[in-house]
Amino acid sequence: MSAGEPTTESRVERAEIDRSLRGPVLFFFSSGIAWLLLGSALGLLSAFKMSFPHLLDSAGWLTFGRVRPAHLNIVIYGWASSVGIGVGIWLMARLCRVALRHRGMLLGAGVAWNFGVALGTAGILAGQSRSIEWLEFPGWATPVLFVAYALIGGWGVIMFRYRRPGHVYVSQWYLLAAFLWFPWLYATANVLLIWQPVQGSVVGAVNWWYGHNILGLWFTPIGLASAYYMIPKVLGRPVHSYYLSILGFWSLALFYSWNGMHHLIGGPFPAWMVSASVVASVMMFIPVIAVAINHHCTMRGHFHYLKWSPTLRFTVFGAMTYTVVSLEGSLMAIPSLNNLTHFTDFTPGHAHLGLYGFFTMTMFGAMYYIIPRLVGWEWPSAAMIRWHFWLAASGIALMVAALTVGGFLQGLELNDPQVAFMTSVAVVAPFRFVRALSGILLAAAHLVFAVLFVRMLMRRGERREEATLLAPQGTHSELPTV
Amino acid sequence: MNKLPQLFAGIFFVFATSWIGLVAYPYLQLGHMQPVKSAVTGEAAPPPLTGSAVAGSRVYAANGCIYCHSQQVRPAWLSTDIEKGWGPRQTVPRDYLRERPSFLGTMRTGPDLSNIGVRQPSVRWHFEHLYEPDVVTPGSIMPSFRFLFVQRPVRGKPGVDAVAVRGPNAPPPGHEVIPTQEARDLVTYLLSLRRNEPLPEADGSPVRQP
Repeated sequence: MSAGEPTTESRVERAEIDRSLRGPVLFFFSSGIAWLLLGSALGLLSAFKMSFPHLLDSAGWLTFGRVRPAHLNIVIYGWASSVGIGVGIWLMARLCRVALRHRGMLLGAGVAWNFGVALGTAGILAGQSRSIEWLEFPGWATPVLFVAYALIGGWGVIMFRYRRPGHVYVSQWYLLAAFLWFPWLYATANVLLIWQPVQGSVVGAVNWWYGHNILGLWFTPIGLASAYYMIPKVLGRPVHSYYLSILGFWSLALFYSWNGMHHLIGGPFPAWMVSASVVASVMMFIPVIAVAINHHCTMRGHFHYLKWSPTLRFTVFGAMTYTVVSLEGSLMAIPSLNNLTHFTDFTPGHAHLGLYGFFTMTMFGAMYYIIPRLVGWEWPSAAMIRWHFWLAASGIALMVAALTVGGFLQGLELNDPQVAFMTSVAVVAPFRFVRALSGILLAAAHLVFAVLFVRMLMRRGERREEATLLAPQGTHSELPTV
Repeated sequence: MNKLPQLFAGIFFVFATSWIGLVAYPYLQLGHMQPVKSAVTGEAAPPPLTGSAVAGSRVYAANGCIYCHSQQVRPAWLSTDIEKGWGPRQTVPRDYLRERPSFLGTMRTGPDLSNIGVRQPSVRWHFEHLYEPDVVTPGSIMPSFRFLFVQRPVRGKPGVDAVAVRGPNAPPPGHEVIPTQEARDLVTYLLSLRRNEPLPEADGSPVRQP
């Protein structure tokens, strides 16, 4: 990651790599954005159903209990995983300095992945959901996803194996780990929960080991890999500390993987299991603060770049949210605080802050960087990028604020034995309505981005020689790459 | 950190600790637990699910009841669940032996259902409530599950299990609302949720290792 001017040779090499990635990566991005639009629509419908329970309540496939898991699985497997794979493969190829081979097979795996998501979603809506959170897809859809994934993840590992000699960057550790952890997680969860179901409350343990690790060991490493790449790249300066990156990586792997049981504090489990997860959750302070310091010190003195660079603005928003959401998560695992937030809307607020505020925003940032290099065209409209950013940022802020405050009040009522249950429903109702409204902002942001993406693919707008900036700036030389 | 084998080994073994700790070991510890003989009734506790209740648990899963209803009572030293009336005692691993999967749930948008069969033992109440929740419980935001019922013309005498509908989804004159088999199974399952048998390990004290 040097700030030096790239040589002609390295420019040619990069162009070569980008050309080999164009088809598969753009395919993952396109299908991901399509799922994002559908997932947003289903999320909006679920949110409005909580305020207006009679909305579309006459048919089974539109009932809340099917639309909500359809929303979740679409955004997890259709949107976040697809775009994460696209970004991950691109970063891996660039950092390993190898062109993608046999891209037809990767493309085929991408098609199969999308087929699996479509099949699973149809299964949920048709009433075949397993009602195991994050794993609702019926057993006949998940093998498709697994096989597709095995091909995709294999590509990442093979690229790493055949990398050009030289330094291995921190983003590569995170990506390699994510590519290896995901199939392990997914296979374990599918075998023990769907194909050969375990009995009793063990389901809960395996469920949340999976549910939390898919966030912590699949999405988080991809998001961090992207932030670790984009921030130094746009600024043209090296990452602050190599040693902090090592500490952050290994402590994340060790502590995050033990977090899952904090979703079931007080549940029917031996006490040691929950205690282990509570301790590991609090220990998450270490990787989170290590990464936060590292990114902050890389940014220090360069925050004014946020005015200009779309990539940096989205990525830094995501990276800062990562710190906030992770520290919040550690606090939520402490039993006395968990008592207040458990079973309330506080939890979906936290989940959206992580998956949207951190991961999705980071992925948007990465796409603003990657897509021009694949298409050979600059973003056609700075105004639309600004709209995208402000709609998304205000939408997620409003959603998390509403769910956090509403969930807190709901928790107070739920814990008070003198109060009737219905009071807890009434107290959170206005906050649920605000949350539904915030979903409109997010859906609008996604529409803007989708239009921008299609215009980009069609190379609309005027030909630009320079990267599209969010605001005019004095000296272009300040920005080596945007 | 520049070599694939070392990096791979680190990534593998660090993750393996959590796989052993939170998946494999709990499976060994809890995965083969058996029902006990109840000291009160002499029957197996927890009692096995009947065929209709098993089918009902699938209806429960298909329609996503877990997204709003938990089925777990936390111990008194940690929470007010028992005072709030969700159950006479905390729930323990043995309570869930008969269910695949168990529906512990993570939300209480609606009430906890660990002991709904004790709190609301009336089949009729459940049918009416599933058909028009906010008429039966004012202020409820539970959606209507009227797609689990059929409307049909009354032939001769009204059916014995015709639902007494009071709200806006009342059938036209001369028609009645009858639960489908799915609704019947679901209610059988709900009525089977009675986690109040005294179990040796569930005496209200902090969770003990079974």
